[in-house]
Amino acid sequence: MDMGILLSADNEVDFMIHGVFSYSFFGHQVWITTTHVCCLIVLLGIMLFAFLAGRAMKHADDVPTGFQNVVELIVEMLDGMVDGTMGKNGVKFRNYIGSIFIFILVSNLSGLLGLRPPTADYGTTLPLGLLTFTLIFFNKIKYQKVSGFLKGLCDPWVFWAPINVIGDIAVPISISLRLFANILSGTVMMALIYGLLSKIAIIWPAALHVYFDMFSGAIQTYVFCMLTMTYISDAMNTE
Amino acid sequence: MDFNTNFILGCSAIGAGLAVIAGIGPGVGQGIAAGYAANAVGRNPGAKSDITGTMLLGQAVAETTGLYGLLIAMILIFVKPLAK
Repeated sequence: MDMGILLSADNEVDFMIHGVFSYSFFGHQVWITTTHVCCLIVLLGIMLFAFLAGRAMKHADDVPTGFQNVVELIVEMLDGMVDGTMGKNGVKFRNYIGSIFIFILVSNLSGLLGLRPPTADYGTTLPLGLLTFTLIFFNKIKYQKVSGFLKGLCDPWVFWAPINVIGDIAVPISISLRLFANILSGTVMMALIYGLLSKIAIIWPAALHVYFDMFSGAIQTYVFCMLTMTYISDAMNTE
Repeated sequence: MDFNTNFILGCSAIGAGLAVIAGIGPGVGQGIAAGYAANAVGRNPGAKSDITGTMLLGQAVAETTGLYGLLIAMILIFVKPLAK
Protein backbone atom coordinates (compact mmCIF):
# COMPACT_ATOMS: atom_id res chain seq x y z
CA MET A 1 0.00 0.00 0.00
CA ASP A 2 1.70 3.17 -1.09
CA MET A 3 1.22 6.51 0.56
CA GLY A 4 -0.92 7.76 -2.30
CA ILE A 5 -3.63 5.22 -1.51
CA LEU A 6 -3.13 5.58 2.22
CA LEU A 7 -3.66 9.30 2.17
CA SER A 8 -6.43 9.31 -0.40
CA ALA A 9 -9.28 11.44 0.82
CA ASP A 10 -12.35 9.38 0.08
CA ASN A 11 -14.15 11.23 2.83
CA GLU A 12 -14.08 14.98 2.56
CA VAL A 13 -12.14 16.66 5.36
CA ASP A 14 -15.00 18.46 7.01
CA PHE A 15 -14.86 20.47 10.19
CA MET A 16 -16.47 23.70 9.05
CA ILE A 17 -19.70 25.11 10.36
CA HIS A 18 -22.54 24.46 7.93
CA GLY A 19 -25.74 26.37 7.51
CA VAL A 20 -28.83 24.21 8.04
CA PHE A 21 -31.42 26.68 6.78
CA SER A 22 -31.78 30.42 6.60
CA TYR A 23 -34.66 32.76 7.24
CA SER A 24 -35.27 36.44 6.80
CA PHE A 25 -35.13 38.50 9.98
CA PHE A 26 -36.22 42.10 9.32
CA GLY A 27 -34.58 41.98 5.92
CA HIS A 28 -31.38 40.30 7.13
CA GLN A 29 -30.60 36.78 6.09
CA VAL A 30 -29.95 34.80 9.26
CA TRP A 31 -28.55 31.29 9.16
CA ILE A 32 -29.30 28.51 11.57
CA THR A 33 -26.00 26.60 11.67
CA THR A 34 -24.73 23.30 13.00
CA THR A 35 -23.54 25.19 16.08
CA HIS A 36 -27.12 26.15 16.95
CA VAL A 37 -28.32 22.58 16.45
CA CYS A 38 -25.50 21.04 18.53
CA CYS A 39 -25.93 23.71 21.21
CA LEU A 40 -29.63 22.88 21.38
CA ILE A 41 -28.91 19.14 21.70
CA VAL A 42 -26.38 19.83 24.47
CA LEU A 43 -28.81 22.10 26.29
CA LEU A 44 -31.62 19.55 25.97
CA GLY A 45 -29.32 16.93 27.48
CA ILE A 46 -28.40 19.21 30.38
CA MET A 47 -32.05 20.16 30.92
CA LEU A 48 -33.11 16.53 30.97
CA PHE A 49 -30.41 15.78 33.54
CA ALA A 50 -31.42 18.82 35.59
CA PHE A 51 -35.08 17.77 35.49
CA LEU A 52 -34.24 14.24 36.64
CA ALA A 53 -31.89 15.61 39.31
CA GLY A 54 -34.56 17.99 40.58
CA ARG A 55 -37.08 15.17 40.77
CA ALA A 56 -34.59 12.94 42.60
CA MET A 57 -33.76 15.68 45.12
CA LYS A 58 -37.44 16.43 45.81
CA HIS A 59 -37.86 13.21 47.73
CA ALA A 60 -34.25 12.89 48.83
CA ASP A 61 -33.26 10.42 51.52
CA ASP A 62 -30.93 11.10 54.42
CA VAL A 63 -28.74 8.29 53.20
CA PRO A 64 -28.21 9.05 49.49
CA THR A 65 -28.38 6.19 47.04
CA GLY A 66 -27.82 5.84 43.33
CA PHE A 67 -28.69 8.89 41.27
CA GLN A 68 -28.98 11.19 44.28
CA ASN A 69 -25.38 10.30 45.12
CA VAL A 70 -24.20 11.37 41.69
CA VAL A 71 -26.06 14.68 41.82
CA GLU A 72 -24.76 15.49 45.30
CA LEU A 73 -21.23 14.61 44.22
CA ILE A 74 -21.39 17.00 41.23
CA VAL A 75 -22.86 19.86 43.26
CA GLU A 76 -20.39 19.39 46.10
CA MET A 77 -17.46 19.31 43.68
CA LEU A 78 -18.53 22.52 41.93
CA ASP A 79 -19.29 24.33 45.19
CA GLY A 80 -15.99 23.20 46.66
CA MET A 81 -14.13 24.49 43.61
CA VAL A 82 -15.81 27.91 43.79
CA ASP A 83 -15.37 28.25 47.55
CA GLY A 84 -11.76 27.13 47.39
CA THR A 85 -10.89 29.80 44.83
CA MET A 86 -13.06 32.73 45.82
CA GLY A 87 -13.22 32.26 49.57
CA LYS A 88 -16.08 33.96 51.39
CA ASN A 89 -17.22 35.80 48.25
CA GLY A 90 -17.81 32.51 46.49
CA VAL A 91 -21.35 31.81 47.69
CA LYS A 92 -22.91 34.32 45.29
CA PHE A 93 -21.10 32.91 42.28
CA ARG A 94 -21.78 29.21 42.83
CA ASN A 95 -24.75 29.24 40.46
CA TYR A 96 -23.04 31.08 37.63
CA ILE A 97 -19.72 29.23 37.75
CA GLY A 98 -21.47 25.87 38.14
CA SER A 99 -23.70 26.58 35.15
CA ILE A 100 -20.94 27.62 32.78
CA PHE A 101 -18.75 24.73 34.01
CA ILE A 102 -21.42 22.17 33.18
CA PHE A 103 -22.28 23.83 29.86
CA ILE A 104 -18.68 24.10 28.65
CA LEU A 105 -17.79 20.60 29.84
CA VAL A 106 -20.76 18.94 28.14
CA SER A 107 -20.16 21.03 25.00
CA ASN A 108 -16.52 19.95 24.83
CA LEU A 109 -17.40 16.31 25.47
CA SER A 110 -20.14 16.35 22.83
CA GLY A 111 -17.41 15.81 20.22
CA LEU A 112 -17.40 12.20 21.43
CA LEU A 113 -20.99 11.77 20.29
CA GLY A 114 -20.20 12.94 16.76
CA LEU A 115 -21.56 16.42 17.25
CA ARG A 116 -19.48 19.43 16.29
CA PRO A 117 -18.67 20.93 19.73
CA PRO A 118 -20.56 24.23 20.09
CA THR A 119 -17.48 25.68 21.80
CA ALA A 120 -15.50 25.20 18.55
CA ASP A 121 -17.37 28.25 17.24
CA TYR A 122 -16.18 31.70 18.22
CA GLY A 123 -19.82 32.77 18.35
CA THR A 124 -20.25 30.60 21.45
CA THR A 125 -17.06 31.39 23.32
CA LEU A 126 -17.04 35.16 22.76
CA PRO A 127 -20.36 35.62 24.64
CA LEU A 128 -18.93 33.53 27.48
CA GLY A 129 -15.88 35.79 27.56
CA LEU A 130 -18.07 38.90 27.43
CA LEU A 131 -20.13 37.57 30.36
CA THR A 132 -16.89 37.25 32.33
CA PHE A 133 -15.89 40.77 31.28
CA THR A 134 -19.28 42.18 32.33
CA LEU A 135 -19.03 40.47 35.72
CA ILE A 136 -15.51 41.81 36.26
CA PHE A 137 -16.54 45.35 35.33
CA PHE A 138 -19.75 45.23 37.39
CA ASN A 139 -18.02 43.92 40.51
CA LYS A 140 -15.19 46.41 40.15
CA ILE A 141 -17.67 49.30 40.11
CA LYS A 142 -19.74 47.75 42.90
CA TYR A 143 -16.95 47.00 45.35
CA GLN A 144 -14.25 49.56 44.52
CA LYS A 145 -16.68 52.37 43.54
CA VAL A 146 -15.96 54.65 40.59
CA SER A 147 -13.07 56.35 42.38
CA GLY A 148 -11.31 53.05 43.08
CA PHE A 149 -11.94 51.97 39.50
CA LEU A 150 -10.35 55.15 38.11
CA LYS A 151 -7.47 54.83 40.57
CA GLY A 152 -6.83 51.28 39.41
CA LEU A 153 -6.93 52.48 35.82
CA CYS A 154 -4.11 55.00 36.38
CA ASP A 155 -2.24 52.54 38.53
CA PRO A 156 1.44 53.44 38.49
CA TRP A 157 0.99 56.70 36.66
CA VAL A 158 -1.74 58.66 34.83
CA PHE A 159 -0.25 58.13 31.39
CA TRP A 160 -0.34 54.38 31.98
CA ALA A 161 -4.14 54.41 31.56
CA PRO A 162 -4.23 53.39 27.85
CA ILE A 163 -2.10 50.34 28.61
CA ASN A 164 -4.43 49.38 31.46
CA VAL A 165 -7.49 49.82 29.24
CA ILE A 166 -5.93 47.55 26.61
CA GLY A 167 -5.11 45.04 29.33
CA ASP A 168 -8.72 45.07 30.53
CA ILE A 169 -10.12 44.65 27.03
CA ALA A 170 -7.69 41.81 26.29
CA VAL A 171 -9.20 39.68 29.07
CA PRO A 172 -12.42 38.55 27.32
CA ILE A 173 -10.60 38.15 23.99
CA SER A 174 -7.82 35.98 25.38
CA ILE A 175 -10.11 33.94 27.63
CA SER A 176 -12.53 33.17 24.78
CA LEU A 177 -9.85 32.56 22.13
CA ARG A 178 -8.08 30.09 24.43
CA LEU A 179 -11.17 27.92 24.79
CA PHE A 180 -12.12 28.30 21.12
CA ALA A 181 -8.68 27.49 19.71
CA ASN A 182 -8.15 24.47 21.94
CA ILE A 183 -11.44 22.85 21.03
CA LEU A 184 -11.13 23.85 17.36
CA SER A 185 -7.66 22.31 17.13
CA GLY A 186 -9.02 19.04 18.52
CA THR A 187 -11.93 19.11 16.07
CA VAL A 188 -9.65 19.84 13.11
CA MET A 189 -7.20 17.13 14.13
CA MET A 190 -9.93 14.48 14.40
CA ALA A 191 -11.48 15.61 11.10
CA LEU A 192 -8.08 15.33 9.38
CA ILE A 193 -7.54 11.84 10.77
CA TYR A 194 -10.98 10.58 9.79
CA GLY A 195 -10.86 12.33 6.43
CA LEU A 196 -7.32 11.64 5.22
CA LEU A 197 -6.50 8.38 7.01
CA SER A 198 -9.97 6.89 6.69
CA LYS A 199 -8.54 3.58 5.39
CA ILE A 200 -6.59 2.85 8.56
CA ALA A 201 -8.55 4.85 11.12
CA ILE A 202 -10.15 1.82 12.74
CA ILE A 203 -9.76 1.72 16.54
CA TRP A 204 -6.69 3.75 17.46
CA PRO A 205 -8.39 7.19 16.99
CA ALA A 206 -10.16 6.39 20.27
CA ALA A 207 -6.91 7.21 22.10
CA LEU A 208 -6.79 10.58 20.35
CA HIS A 209 -10.41 11.19 21.28
CA VAL A 210 -9.46 10.64 24.92
CA TYR A 211 -6.77 13.32 24.61
CA PHE A 212 -8.38 15.91 22.33
CA ASP A 213 -11.98 15.67 23.49
CA MET A 214 -11.84 14.49 27.09
CA PHE A 215 -8.49 15.63 28.54
CA SER A 216 -8.18 18.87 26.62
CA GLY A 217 -11.86 19.66 27.01
CA ALA A 218 -11.89 19.07 30.76
CA ILE A 219 -8.68 21.07 31.28
CA GLN A 220 -9.97 24.00 29.26
CA THR A 221 -13.28 23.96 31.13
CA TYR A 222 -11.40 24.04 34.43
CA VAL A 223 -9.10 26.81 33.20
CA PHE A 224 -11.96 28.96 31.90
CA CYS A 225 -13.83 28.73 35.21
CA MET A 226 -10.68 29.23 37.29
CA LEU A 227 -9.67 32.34 35.33
CA THR A 228 -13.19 33.76 35.55
CA MET A 229 -13.20 33.23 39.31
CA THR A 230 -9.71 34.68 39.73
CA TYR A 231 -10.54 37.81 37.73
CA ILE A 232 -13.82 38.33 39.59
CA SER A 233 -12.27 37.93 43.03
CA ASP A 234 -9.51 40.28 41.94
CA ALA A 235 -12.16 42.83 41.03
CA MET A 236 -13.90 42.37 44.38
CA ASN A 237 -10.67 42.93 46.26
CA THR A 238 -11.32 46.05 48.34
CA GLU A 239 -8.43 47.52 50.19
CA MET B 1 -7.50 29.81 -11.07
CA ASP B 2 -4.89 32.05 -12.57
CA PHE B 3 -1.24 32.21 -11.63
CA ASN B 4 -1.67 35.03 -9.11
CA THR B 5 -4.26 33.14 -7.07
CA ASN B 6 -2.15 30.02 -6.96
CA PHE B 7 0.91 32.06 -5.99
CA ILE B 8 -1.01 33.73 -3.16
CA LEU B 9 -2.33 30.36 -1.95
CA GLY B 10 1.18 28.90 -1.93
CA CYS B 11 2.56 31.85 -0.03
CA SER B 12 -0.36 31.56 2.42
CA ALA B 13 0.62 27.95 3.08
CA ILE B 14 4.23 29.00 3.75
CA GLY B 15 2.97 31.73 6.04
CA ALA B 16 0.79 29.22 7.89
CA GLY B 17 3.82 27.00 8.38
CA LEU B 18 5.80 29.92 9.72
CA ALA B 19 2.94 30.93 12.03
CA VAL B 20 2.87 27.62 13.87
CA ILE B 21 6.54 28.09 14.82
CA ALA B 22 4.86 30.03 17.64
CA GLY B 23 4.37 26.60 19.21
CA ILE B 24 8.02 26.52 20.31
CA GLY B 25 7.49 29.13 23.04
CA PRO B 26 4.59 27.46 24.85
CA GLY B 27 6.39 24.12 24.57
CA VAL B 28 9.43 25.45 26.40
CA GLY B 29 7.26 27.34 28.88
CA GLN B 30 5.05 24.37 29.69
CA GLY B 31 8.11 22.18 30.10
CA ILE B 32 9.65 24.60 32.58
CA ALA B 33 6.36 24.80 34.50
CA ALA B 34 6.08 21.00 34.62
CA GLY B 35 9.70 20.70 35.73
CA TYR B 36 9.25 23.09 38.62
CA ALA B 37 5.99 21.38 39.55
CA ALA B 38 7.80 18.03 39.70
CA ASN B 39 10.45 19.71 41.84
CA ALA B 40 7.79 21.07 44.18
CA VAL B 41 6.05 17.70 44.51
CA GLY B 42 9.41 16.18 45.36
CA ARG B 43 9.87 18.68 48.18
CA ASN B 44 6.31 18.55 49.47
CA PRO B 45 4.39 15.46 48.32
CA GLY B 46 1.43 16.40 50.54
CA ALA B 47 0.57 19.43 48.38
CA LYS B 48 0.42 17.42 45.16
CA SER B 49 -3.17 18.30 44.17
CA ASP B 50 -2.66 22.04 44.76
CA ILE B 51 0.56 22.00 42.78
CA THR B 52 -1.05 20.12 39.90
CA GLY B 53 -3.94 22.59 39.72
CA THR B 54 -1.64 25.60 39.74
CA MET B 55 0.62 24.01 37.15
CA LEU B 56 -2.25 23.23 34.78
CA LEU B 57 -3.62 26.77 35.11
CA GLY B 58 -0.24 28.32 34.40
CA GLN B 59 0.39 25.99 31.48
CA ALA B 60 -2.98 26.77 29.95
CA VAL B 61 -2.26 30.50 30.17
CA ALA B 62 1.20 29.98 28.66
CA GLU B 63 -0.40 28.00 25.84
CA THR B 64 -2.35 31.03 24.60
CA THR B 65 0.40 32.52 22.43
CA GLY B 66 0.87 29.21 20.66
CA LEU B 67 -2.84 29.01 20.03
CA TYR B 68 -2.79 32.47 18.45
CA GLY B 69 -0.20 31.18 15.99
CA LEU B 70 -2.38 28.15 15.29
CA LEU B 71 -5.42 30.35 14.68
CA ILE B 72 -3.47 32.51 12.23
CA ALA B 73 -2.32 29.40 10.39
CA MET B 74 -5.88 28.08 10.19
CA ILE B 75 -7.23 31.41 8.97
CA LEU B 76 -4.50 31.56 6.30
CA ILE B 77 -5.23 28.05 5.07
CA PHE B 78 -9.00 27.70 5.36
CA VAL B 79 -10.40 31.23 5.19
CA LYS B 80 -7.84 32.39 2.57
CA PRO B 81 -8.17 36.11 3.36
CA LEU B 82 -5.38 37.14 0.96
CA ALA B 83 -6.74 35.31 -2.08
CA LYS B 84 -10.03 37.19 -2.20
